[in-house]
Amino acid sequence: MDDQKIIIINGNSFSFTPGETILTVAQRNHIDIPTLCYLKGTTPTGACRICVVEVKNARNLLPACSTPVESNMEVQTESREVIESRRMSLQLLLASGNHNCAVRESDGQSWTAFQLNVQHQDNSGDLCPVWGDCELQSLAYRYQVSGETFPATKNRYPMETVNPFIIRDFSRCILCGRCVQACNEVQVNNAISIGYRGTAAKIIAAGDRPLKDSDCVFCGECIQACPVGALVEKDARYDWRPWSNRKVRSTCSYCGVGCQLDFHVHDNRIVKISGAEGTPPNYGSLCVKGRFGFNFIHSEDRLKTPLIRETGRENGKFRQASWDEALDLTARRLSEIKEKNGPDSIGVLTSARVTNEDNYAAMKFTRAVLKTNNIDHCARL
Amino acid sequence: MTNTIGDIEDADVILVTGSNTTENHPVLSSYVKRAVKFKNTRLIVIDPRRIKLTEFSDIWLRPNLGTDVAWINGLMHVIISENRHDREFIETRTTDFDALKDMVEKFTPDYVESITGIPARQLIEAARLYASANAGSILYCMGITQHTTGTDNVKSLANLAMLCGNLGIPGSGVNPLRGQNNVQGACDMGGLPNVYTGYQKVTDEAARKKMEKAWAVSNLPDQIGLTVTQMVPMAHDGDIKAMYIIGENPLVSDPDLNHAEKSFNNLDFLVVQDIFMTETTQLADVVLPAACFAEKDGTFSNTERRVQRVRKALEAPGSAKNDWEITAEIAKRMGYDMIYADSREIFEEIARVTPSYGGITYDRIDSAGIHWPCPTEDHPGTPILHTQQFTHGKGVFHAIDYIPPAEQTDDEYPLYLTTGRVLYHYHTGTMTRRTEGLNDRVPESFVEISAADADKYNLKDGEETKIASRRGEIIAKLKISEKAVAGSVFIPFHFAEAAANRLTNSALDPVSKIPEYKVCTVKLSKAG
Ligand code: SF4
Ligand code: SF4
Ligand code: SF4
Ligand code: FES
Repeated sequence: MDDQKIIIINGNSFSFTPGETILTVAQRNHIDIPTLCYLKGTTPTGACRICVVEVKNARNLLPACSTPVESNMEVQTESREVIESRRMSLQLLLASGNHNCAVRESDGQSWTAFQLNVQHQDNSGDLCPVWGDCELQSLAYRYQVSGETFPATKNRYPMETVNPFIIRDFSRCILCGRCVQACNEVQVNNAISIGYRGTAAKIIAAGDRPLKDSDCVFCGECIQACPVGALVEKDARYDWRPWSNRKVRSTCSYCGVGCQLDFHVHDNRIVKISGAEGTPPNYGSLCVKGRFGFNFIHSEDRLKTPLIRETGRENGKFRQASWDEALDLTARRLSEIKEKNGPDSIGVLTSARVTNEDNYAAMKFTRAVLKTNNIDHCARL
Repeated sequence: MTNTIGDIEDADVILVTGSNTTENHPVLSSYVKRAVKFKNTRLIVIDPRRIKLTEFSDIWLRPNLGTDVAWINGLMHVIISENRHDREFIETRTTDFDALKDMVEKFTPDYVESITGIPARQLIEAARLYASANAGSILYCMGITQHTTGTDNVKSLANLAMLCGNLGIPGSGVNPLRGQNNVQGACDMGGLPNVYTGYQKVTDEAARKKMEKAWAVSNLPDQIGLTVTQMVPMAHDGDIKAMYIIGENPLVSDPDLNHAEKSFNNLDFLVVQDIFMTETTQLADVVLPAACFAEKDGTFSNTERRVQRVRKALEAPGSAKNDWEITAEIAKRMGYDMIYADSREIFEEIARVTPSYGGITYDRIDSAGIHWPCPTEDHPGTPILHTQQFTHGKGVFHAIDYIPPAEQTDDEYPLYLTTGRVLYHYHTGTMTRRTEGLNDRVPESFVEISAADADKYNLKDGEETKIASRRGEIIAKLKISEKAVAGSVFIPFHFAEAAANRLTNSALDPVSKIPEYKVCTVKLSKAG
């Protein structure tokens, strides 16, 4: 009865619900259509034309991300014409900026000149900071194209390094607009937009000022949305490399939202934190504290050994002690006071900062060992 | 929260009060902003400060500080007198409606205006809008709870939700936003003077017997213990002799700090376990180094009751240990074995003794957390509470009268002070103030004031200003801001060197024992 609601992709039929785009139906059925400007959960802009597909009886190739499905549509996702179109779009994008990630053919002279120029602008002798984690780079491999087909466009805007946390490298921006969608439609901070026209186009904040002087709240949603190396974490730039990192999933330790995040770990150090995609409650989003507020972990001021007070409280001097000494002293003093003044002369403050397991241990200790119910935490405070 | 973070987007109307959501729960605030911008959800913000969310709101009410019960009763007065309440819900799911009705009778819009300063017209509009919702969600935070009438405020919001049948369906509910990451968990785990895990009462003999058996001990204490806000004065008077403090810094967060400092100094023995030296460890006899969240395995429970995994990514520095290991070591030395191989083993014990956590295991929450109550391993968890009935049968309406804040302005202290947080810092700042970029954004404390008040007291933007209350004084930079309402100033409490809590009032809510951080009175003058 539902013969109305059928679409044919690459020769196979699939059902759909009205309003769905070709891309959604394809993705649901594990048909891979490449995208660049499309950001899940936001309005498609159709800016990059990487997702074009061939639709029978249509005059032009159509962008899968923004074309609604119609009944009995016949779609080819990887036809010769589609591939040609994608190659051309990719070549133009590669030529438009400092994409020095070795997807170019190395024909000696011009490669060297290009590299040197990029390295100069980048202030680094390395390849692009997101090498190996770039959607443009992987598409260039997939469709076997390089940046030389078209003359390189000159880089108009210098890198913006004055902000905390975020570096904006306009030389690698492909103007896909994903950062704008992320800022305006996911986090709804409305800090950035596409400014100027044509070849002068640029992602701008507050009438083209640095992010730090705009409405930006440094949530970093835009960094995570950027498919290329145009937006990167200031601290992780050239420090983070996808092949040398271990990822560990955990929960943010700041507020009660409990965002899921990934630590990127290298040599027992966290080099960056990203939001865990596709999982509640945050589906990839984080705020400035969760994403960037991790330096304290590696602070030199971290307590590393037990300390015991040497003299009276007034002059606040401590000496280092072994665990045995510190724990023995603690157990002895608590036992003495419990003995002499009764269990209820002792109070325990557990913490809204530590884990459930830590809290449970503190609770059990207070009640089963100290034998008092004087336990609380500072949540009211 | 009675509902989930995700279903905020299903609400037709959201009422946000006492929560500067975009700064304190940023990612959750995106759900609110998206609902308003893309789903036609209407937003009511009730807050004296011009917080960011007011830019998204349909209606913004600006009550005087500490007058929450009055405007909530006012909303209910309008809803009842215009017959906009949900009779069926009231009939089948609740009791004591008549008492509520009698109480709110006198809270006419004009009377409420005289207390709260909210124009009668606006109150009526807000009442109509909230009552019009199929699913109306109330979000609140410390701005509601940190008052001498905090418990009254919370109950009043529950009254309002029940009155309109706004409970038990997606997009509805009364949703407290927890400030610190694991407040929910600390409470669930019985880090409270009156309950074991899962809110099993220490005064309930059956619960006590169960715990005695599980822990292989006898004679667990049956008297309710002391809250932190009671312990501190008792330390001052010498009745509390020793304290064991884990991961907290009450010497910045406590109200009336000058008094708290004396109290801690008066202890015979103080042991503090933390990741940094803090104002509190400075006073300790023994300081024990703990691992931080990135160095340990375990779980946190978020504000929507979702139990989620924390995983170890790093080795702890030096010889720092897990908090639970340290506690277990002390227990062992006091003659009680608390031996666990790892955090998983502790969690299994938690699940055994806690009905609401009974069905949760590390394996089940490996990829996404589960909402308690989750009594058995085949139970999917409970994203929305009270769908069929309330935990204790029927929902009870509480008739609550308005009581003014403990401290009122006068000639000597003419301004109200309220305290809170800013986006870039967290709690007492021990963590966030160690990230350069965050300090860049907000390097130091400030006192936020309206342009009108700055004029009146002859103070200039950026000027070092002395803020004094009956309890103490601090110095901070003056910040003239559109956020402030005339008559009130705001100071963030993250900065130990200008600790707002030298000024705040330690007057407590009689039930919850929460101090009145959100209102006290001060005077301002040029420093030096
Ligand atoms: S950091 Fe956040 S607020 Fe700033 S531009 Fe990026 S998405 Fe927008
Ligand atoms: S900065 Fe990145 S996300 Fe934004 S338009 Fe440029 S390439 Fe796209
Ligand atoms: S990332 Fe931000 S919003 Fe999310 S839990 Fe952490 S502090 Fe809260
Ligand atoms: S992904 Fe469809 S046009 Fe860019």
